[in-house]
Amino acid sequence: MLLVSWIGKIIIALSRGLGRGHGSALPGLVVEKLYPNFLGRLLGRLPDGVVLISGTNGKTTTTKIVADLLRTDGYRVFTNTSGSNFTRGVISAALSQMKRGKLEADIAVLELDEAYATRFVDQVRPRYALLLNVFRDQLDRFGEIDHTADLLKYVAEKTSGVVVLNEDDPRIRRISRDAQVKAKIAWFGYDGQASQYYTSDDELHSQKVVASKSVSKQSVRVVGLNDNVATYQLADETRSVKLRLFGIHNALNCAAALSLVRQIEGDKFAMERVVDNLGKIRPAFGRGEIILVGDASVQLILVKNPSGFQLSLNSASGSPVMIAINDAYADGRDVSWLWDVSFVGLANVDYVSGVRADDMAIRLTYDGVPCANIETDISVATRRFVKKLGRGDGQIFATYTAMLKIRDVLEQMSNEVNNG
Amino acid sequence: MAKQQLVITQLYPSQMNIYGDNGNAQIIRRRAELYGYQTKTMAYNSYDDIDALTQADLILGGGGQDSGQRAILKDLQRIRPTLLSLAEGKVPMLMICGLYQLFGHYFTTRDGDKLDGIGLFDMVTVGGDRRLIGNAVVDSEEFGELIGYENHSGITTLGDNQASLGQVIQGYGNDGHGVDEGAVRYAAVGTYLHGPVLSKNPRLADWLIMRAVERKFGKTKLTPADETTRAELAKLDRFIDRARTVAKSRPQ
Repeated sequence: MLLVSWIGKIIIALSRGLGRGHGSALPGLVVEKLYPNFLGRLLGRLPDGVVLISGTNGKTTTTKIVADLLRTDGYRVFTNTSGSNFTRGVISAALSQMKRGKLEADIAVLELDEAYATRFVDQVRPRYALLLNVFRDQLDRFGEIDHTADLLKYVAEKTSGVVVLNEDDPRIRRISRDAQVKAKIAWFGYDGQASQYYTSDDELHSQKVVASKSVSKQSVRVVGLNDNVATYQLADETRSVKLRLFGIHNALNCAAALSLVRQIEGDKFAMERVVDNLGKIRPAFGRGEIILVGDASVQLILVKNPSGFQLSLNSASGSPVMIAINDAYADGRDVSWLWDVSFVGLANVDYVSGVRADDMAIRLTYDGVPCANIETDISVATRRFVKKLGRGDGQIFATYTAMLKIRDVLEQMSNEVNNG
Repeated sequence: MAKQQLVITQLYPSQMNIYGDNGNAQIIRRRAELYGYQTKTMAYNSYDDIDALTQADLILGGGGQDSGQRAILKDLQRIRPTLLSLAEGKVPMLMICGLYQLFGHYFTTRDGDKLDGIGLFDMVTVGGDRRLIGNAVVDSEEFGELIGYENHSGITTLGDNQASLGQVIQGYGNDGHGVDEGAVRYAAVGTYLHGPVLSKNPRLADWLIMRAVERKFGKTKLTPADETTRAELAKLDRFIDRARTVAKSRPQ
């Protein structure tokens, strides 16, 4: 273990030296070859086990919420950062945090892409799994939505302790009835006043409202939403908190995190304390993050699929908007999904950008939303957009690779302002 | 004078509507309005009143998962005679992916289940073992260069006398070998192209509207309703031209 971790660290150092980003796949690849059960051996030793978080929307933010909550409560948490949500990425993340051949952590909280999650559970049996939702996403990678649900069912079957499920997503709810799932089931969802803000994938794609849920008293639910104040209910206890996270979808992700953390902490879990701690959590990378450029405040919102985009638009603030659509592999090559999003709620869009800017312009025009400027070059568009904001706020909705580029440009601009 | 009205019916929108195919209905509606027609959109789902079909001036159907296809099978056989007689009566139709397959004789899934279609197109489909995915370009005599995005695993073989929609320039096409794509009979068009297909192929969209207008009102030409709508159509054309050029330059 010690030797392997050294070799891994050397490769990380070398690949960084060669300027290959953060070297997130290569060290994992080499270690996998040298030491086939590396992850199983390493993570199997953690006293509080492994937590796996998967689903279409909200993986990164929910993983951050869970990790932050556990850390605040004194756990030493190993987690993978965004962009490395595949097995080799986890190995690389582990290598860079290992000291003297050991991972100094009590628990691992890992975000995994649906397809990679099934491979991961063959190597490492998680003690906890949190399955968030299944939406039509990245169909060009996973095929059909029912297939994606099957991938998550497999993850549940391999989980030893507790599986936390979304009671309002019919495909996730169904997993609880699978005879192969031996783990205990815990729930999260929404109810009451908050219900009006949420839609399942089936509701998004048809007018029909999906059958009501089974009622479990042990579900953690978001029951109220007012601006950014979210109210959570567990059994008879209700607590409210003002969230810094962006969007109503993240209020639901917080319910998921609460339900999971309750299972992990057991008797030590106190609703009041943990809900309070939710209010301290900041958005994850590019997920509603606010970046200041001089006097302008720009919120950067990653959009990956129709449901996520729609939910984000529902939380749009009314300030000037830029939309950037790329079609690299990580964005999804097919841009058809933009037609499953309704833009009619936007008064206008200041800039559309990215490789597929014109596809976006067509989409907006058919929705009757004027778009003032079309500029495929993301750097140019971002600079002009921010300049126009002056002292105001703006929101940028962007697909994955567009978001990375915009974030770089915003940081550059911010440095330029600060340096004079 | 009251505007003339076109009825646009979506076929099984609850089950067959993935990959943005609903966008086709929105595009038809908007363009018809820009040409000065009022539109009424209707939905026909399983066991709905058949009026939604018999009153239709234009019928649109989208892609779906295997499970969606199975769910509509029984009802599809019930409405088969209606659909065939509407097609014979030259009602324009656009069927994408999953419903395109079921407008052929049958679709045999990978599990060996035979899903019966309505046999409007002389073709059969068998489930393949890989997904055929990517940007696609098709050369069509009637509609020029068609640009869309394929995502299917079905392998479709056209009968000897069944006309295709066009020849594949880039992509997999009906049978995965990049030969022909889609099928056309009467005023019914079937294709694997998403995008949604009408978003980047306004000629096809306008052809469908034209067939509907011709059949219902005896008109032979589409003209913008006024200067404002003329400008709106011209603006769309500019965006579409550029989007087509970009799509063609992207990796398959």
